[in-house]
Amino acid sequence: METQAKAVGLLRGAWSWVRQVSGDAAYENYLRCITRHSDIGASAAPAPLLSRAEFYLDSLRRRYSTVSRCC
Amino acid sequence: MKQILKIILWGTIALAGAGALAAIAFERREPLNAVWFIVAALCTFLVAYRFYSAFLAAKIFALDNTRATPAERLEDGRDFVPTNKWILLGHHFAAIAGPGPLVGPTLAAQFGYLPGTLWLIVGAALGGCVQDFTILFCSIRRDGKSLGQIAREEVSKRGGMIALVAVLAIMVILLAVIALVVVKALRDSPWGTFTLAMTIPIALLMGIYLRFVRPGRVLEASFGGVALVGLAVVAGQWVNASPACSQAFTLSAPALAAAIIVYGFAASTLPVWLLLAPRDYLSAFIKVAAIFALAAGVLAVRPTLAMPALTRFTDGDGPVFAGKIFPFCFITIACGAVSGFHALIASGTTPKMILREGHARIIGYGSMLMESFVGVMAMIAACALQPGVYFAINSPAAIVGKTADAAAKTISSWGFPLDPRTITSLAQRVGERTLLDRTGGAPSLAVGMAQIFSGTIGGDHLLAIWYHFAIMFEALFILTTLDAGTRVGRFMVQDLAGHLWKPLGRSGSTPVALAASAAMVGAWGYFLWQGVMDPLGGINSLWPLFGIANQLLAAVALVVATTILLKMGRARFVWVTLIPMIWLVAVTMTASCEKIFSASPRLGFLAQANVLAGQLASGAIPAAEIADTHRLIFNNRLDAAVTAVLALMVLVLVVEAVGEWITILRGRKPVVLHEAPYVATRWAEGD
Repeated sequence: METQAKAVGLLRGAWSWVRQVSGDAAYENYLRCITRHSDIGASAAPAPLLSRAEFYLDSLRRRYSTVSRCC
Repeated sequence: MKQILKIILWGTIALAGAGALAAIAFERREPLNAVWFIVAALCTFLVAYRFYSAFLAAKIFALDNTRATPAERLEDGRDFVPTNKWILLGHHFAAIAGPGPLVGPTLAAQFGYLPGTLWLIVGAALGGCVQDFTILFCSIRRDGKSLGQIAREEVSKRGGMIALVAVLAIMVILLAVIALVVVKALRDSPWGTFTLAMTIPIALLMGIYLRFVRPGRVLEASFGGVALVGLAVVAGQWVNASPACSQAFTLSAPALAAAIIVYGFAASTLPVWLLLAPRDYLSAFIKVAAIFALAAGVLAVRPTLAMPALTRFTDGDGPVFAGKIFPFCFITIACGAVSGFHALIASGTTPKMILREGHARIIGYGSMLMESFVGVMAMIAACALQPGVYFAINSPAAIVGKTADAAAKTISSWGFPLDPRTITSLAQRVGERTLLDRTGGAPSLAVGMAQIFSGTIGGDHLLAIWYHFAIMFEALFILTTLDAGTRVGRFMVQDLAGHLWKPLGRSGSTPVALAASAAMVGAWGYFLWQGVMDPLGGINSLWPLFGIANQLLAAVALVVATTILLKMGRARFVWVTLIPMIWLVAVTMTASCEKIFSASPRLGFLAQANVLAGQLASGAIPAAEIADTHRLIFNNRLDAAVTAVLALMVLVLVVEAVGEWITILRGRKPVVLHEAPYVATRWAEGD
């Protein structure tokens, strides 16, 4: 039982890693960041809040304006 | 007790690494198994990471986990995003690993396995990893600034401008040479051309899905895309078998070059969500999977290396490219050992995402070790081929002849026995009409990979599928680098043009964007065309030019790093960046001089131009070829001029930096270090 739980935990960790590395979880990270900033009342919070589609386009524009892939 | 066990463990790893390196260097009685190479690389890298990178982190950079990184201080959820170190390691590795560490070692295998393997292992541990780690550290301490900005602040304004121009120049040459690799791999190959062509509609579908159907759901789109690409690889054999379809996808080298130039312009000007980004997702997945599959395949098959430790071509007369081991082995293998381009990534997005300063060690130093390991795998795959087959694929027809019989005769006369039936039957088994004159490294690497993969899964039955999978994987991520590089180059052109006349720097203007894209595509397209038309195959002149440019950029990065170490008061330890810098300056300056001034027409650009000019003057050139000869003469002189300009730029920067170093060491003026001020982290250690 414990081994099974460990295996499930491992798979979950691997899946989460793949989602993070691929950028699949980028919007959730962004929302978490916005929430954290609004919780602590920081002024650096980006505004207005972007929708998932807007965030996706914005992240592509940023990524491909600089050297992001090597030889 | 624990301490003693640790000493025994690390002593064993060090001894195993040293033993394997000694076997690679000195064993000549019988062919070596790939396991020796894997053990040598793994053990050396483990020791280098455990001890040398720890020394750099503690004694030189004094990485401080109590100091807030830019990701914490400037967090905005978009550029500055605190990221777990293992996730950032994946990001960084995916960004630095391109075609370079695969193609470079494959080409350098013409010297035998020894020089390239030693350079990959030692060069990475003492040079490439140090460069990546140092620049990453410098950028973290400067709010994620780019190499150009750091050079401007810490060395001089001129230093910053040189870095910017050097980056643009290397991009132009890099894009031309990698496009040439694709042309050489896909020329007259309907199966390969069809598979690669299919990646365009697949990427468009993915782009539409990600933009309109399920925005930002990268994994869903990528899994679908990868499945469709797999289908396209398999379907390629039916296209190859059908006379009508096969004819439609059989393109000559000039036709392929023209198609790639048009594609590069379209991909860099279309909205990024439509083609560029989805291709990048597709390519990243396939790239990482193929690299891991190659490593697993080498471990499973453990091939014996058929290539000798040193070949006769150490004398500089090699058919793949001309030039002796020193300096040409060290510029042919750039990525995988030391790559200046990495300094751009290490001062790009990565420093803005790092959670703790201490993570820079695994991300900066560790990622480069992983890339070097990929290079060692590519060297194994290339050297596992029979040398005769390797030279038949990688030698231009102008040297070995156009037919299998002629090639086999020439290559056998070099001491690498080759039966013409071997190369003809191999071409049939991988589903190609011919494997002769496929310079550029990609096809021979694909044959090596296919033999390793088919040795694990499918046997000879799947050899053709594996070959075309490997070709598709190389071509796919080369074209992704081409798209992304052209787009970034466009911004650089606009940036530089904006200095001359402000309206040209407007990023929102469509005519300016189109003109800048056309300028960038025109620049690399010119060099690509030149390579396609070159009777010696193009790789002979363009790959060394790329290697020189890349290593010169590494020298720029190490000059900047040395200046910063001196400013930090680390003069005692300045050798960590100074020695690799001196080595790279020596290598690139020697290579530049030889490429410009060597009296050998195969090596020296000017000598080649003079020979052609002499033939023209004596009337030895047929009337139909006079215009082409004039163009070849011009191209050789242009290549010489480009090499000279690159070398001069770096010399100016080195002289300027040495002046700055003397000023610092003599204490003539107060040292100004442009680091962001210390701010204590608000996060607990476990965050």
